[in-house]
Amino acid sequence: MRIVRILSLAAALGAIALAPAIAEEEISYAKQKWSFDGPFGTFDRAAAQRGSQVFTAVCSNCHSLKQAYYRDLKGIGLENEAITAIAAGFNVPTVADDGSNAERPARPSDHFRSPFANEKAARSANGGALPPDLSVIVKARDGGADYIYALLTGYGEAPSSMKMGDGMNYNKAFTGSQIGMPRPLNDGQVEYADGTKATTEQMAKDVVTFLSYIANPEMEARKRLGVKLVLFLVLMTGVTYAVKRKVWADVDH
Amino acid sequence: MAGLHKSEFANPVVNWIDTRLPIFTMMQKEYGVFPTPKNFNYFWNFGALAMINLVIMIATGIFLAMNYTPHVSMAFDSVERIMRDVNYGWLLRYVHANGASMFFIVTYIHIFRGLYYGSYKAPRELLWMIGVVILLVMMATAFMGYVLPWGQMSYWGATVITNLFSAIPVVGESVVTWLWGGFSVDNPTLNRFFSLHFLLPFVLVGVVFLHVAALHITGSNNPLGIDVKSPQDTLPFHPYYTMKDSVGICVYLLVFAALVFFAPNLFMAAENYIPANPLVTPSEIVPEWYFLPFYAILRSVPSKLGGVLLMFGAIAVLFVLPWLDTSPVRSSKFRPIYRNFFWVLLIAVVVLGLVGAHRPEGVWVVLGRLATFYYFFHFLILLPVLGKLERPLPLPESISRPVIAGGGGPLPGGAAAKPMEKI
Repeated sequence: MRIVRILSLAAALGAIALAPAIAEEEISYAKQKWSFDGPFGTFDRAAAQRGSQVFTAVCSNCHSLKQAYYRDLKGIGLENEAITAIAAGFNVPTVADDGSNAERPARPSDHFRSPFANEKAARSANGGALPPDLSVIVKARDGGADYIYALLTGYGEAPSSMKMGDGMNYNKAFTGSQIGMPRPLNDGQVEYADGTKATTEQMAKDVVTFLSYIANPEMEARKRLGVKLVLFLVLMTGVTYAVKRKVWADVDH
Repeated sequence: MAGLHKSEFANPVVNWIDTRLPIFTMMQKEYGVFPTPKNFNYFWNFGALAMINLVIMIATGIFLAMNYTPHVSMAFDSVERIMRDVNYGWLLRYVHANGASMFFIVTYIHIFRGLYYGSYKAPRELLWMIGVVILLVMMATAFMGYVLPWGQMSYWGATVITNLFSAIPVVGESVVTWLWGGFSVDNPTLNRFFSLHFLLPFVLVGVVFLHVAALHITGSNNPLGIDVKSPQDTLPFHPYYTMKDSVGICVYLLVFAALVFFAPNLFMAAENYIPANPLVTPSEIVPEWYFLPFYAILRSVPSKLGGVLLMFGAIAVLFVLPWLDTSPVRSSKFRPIYRNFFWVLLIAVVVLGLVGAHRPEGVWVVLGRLATFYYFFHFLILLPVLGKLERPLPLPESISRPVIAGGGGPLPGGAAAKPMEKI
């Protein structure tokens, strides 16, 4: 009878192991090495700052980042003065004293400026497609940072057998390989202040680091607290187990 | 008869209160000296773990509710605000969200513990049935909580699950409209789900109290499944099981912490970080992992009403389980045939979970139907029949007996007989 149990357990483990293999076909992304991987990972400040430059120069023309504030840039190593200067470079909508719609320069406490006033404006400017908000995009896609990187670097010539839709672009990482967004990153598109060569891959990597920070601004604090807590709990488990052994020492069980 | 309680506590303040309201005596009786079988293994930790989990959920939930806005146009943003702007809001939310998963992990282990050691059998039938009520209330609470962030999966999950009620003949459609408070999942739905999600955990506290009260009448089952025969078989709950539970709590918190701090989105669908959009249906609508086995049962029947009935039936059979299992022997240790089928059941449930996570195509349909068939076969046919056919192994005379080297001989006094001191 023990054999039955072992066999059935083996069958279950086999089923679990095989499950992904027989699952629906899914696009796979190459696993990248990220500075924020693992329990001790942090955001590479330089990469995130370069990424914010790419975001401002390229992405922000169509994509909003409405959950984030300019003050969040502090988390990637920018000084208050720099943040104030960056924010002041953007105008955000406000209501003037006479009640009319007006604009004023943004402050660090403002949300990132959205490129379009509303969804209809965004769609009409983008051939009917809606550029998604990027505040939590890294968390909102299966594959996370790896997927966004694969998407940004996945553009290319469509195979001749493929019939492309009107205004669509070929991207091997996107479901169905046809995406509304035109190729956003091209070699040398921005000029990095720190002299890093702005290849498509480099820019993709940087902007994904920036967006990962924006999606998880608490990550570094979270991991720091987690490491401390886990160490404490390991210690507590040891102590508690020792006390338990002591208490139970005189019990015949 | 009314009258003051004769308190034995030496501390005058404690004594004064205890004389008028003997809560100290009660705690001492139920959690201090409470006679508990001495042979528990670590699977007996999980009831206490579930209780602690409930407390964690209520504690974090109350603070989340202070910062959450139950409105379709603000709910998603308010959750993001909690994550970004509320002090330690990310901690509150990640503990609460992963706490739901931990709650189900702990509870499912607790339930399978009961199944393996026959904890549902006389005299613990009512205790078990109250436990099934707890499971049902937990499921309702978890479902409504998942709707609150108002992401894509929140919205479409709510749509799919509430639509199940439309399978009820004649009045189904009206029932669904009534549940929604409108003609689709919308603001009234979100508002009532928030209200109920706040209410049900306190209902849960009440039902858990009944669960524990019933437990303290019958006393705990134990890995041998035999009754306590003498004081030698038991230990006072404190310090023996308070300590043993503490070890379990530490390990549980370790797993919980690993999840919250290093993989907080492991159990979360990426889709739910996209704000709800009634005009865009996700390519796949998958419930939270803890509902997957039931979801698989639902989809294994080609008829909507049949699937719904079977899904609720999967829990209904648990209600009558004490009367389906005809074997007088509780613990699987002494049931050589049932023991194997227990593992088959566990595997069937795991397979159902996997099936629930995949599109009902190809091999998954067959697997889902086989596992669904086995689930009901196990409870409705196997258990009643097996109890009559199986020859159980000889039961030990008492709990103390099998642990005495060489057997026989007088029972040593040991710690079991040591009187406990009062505070």
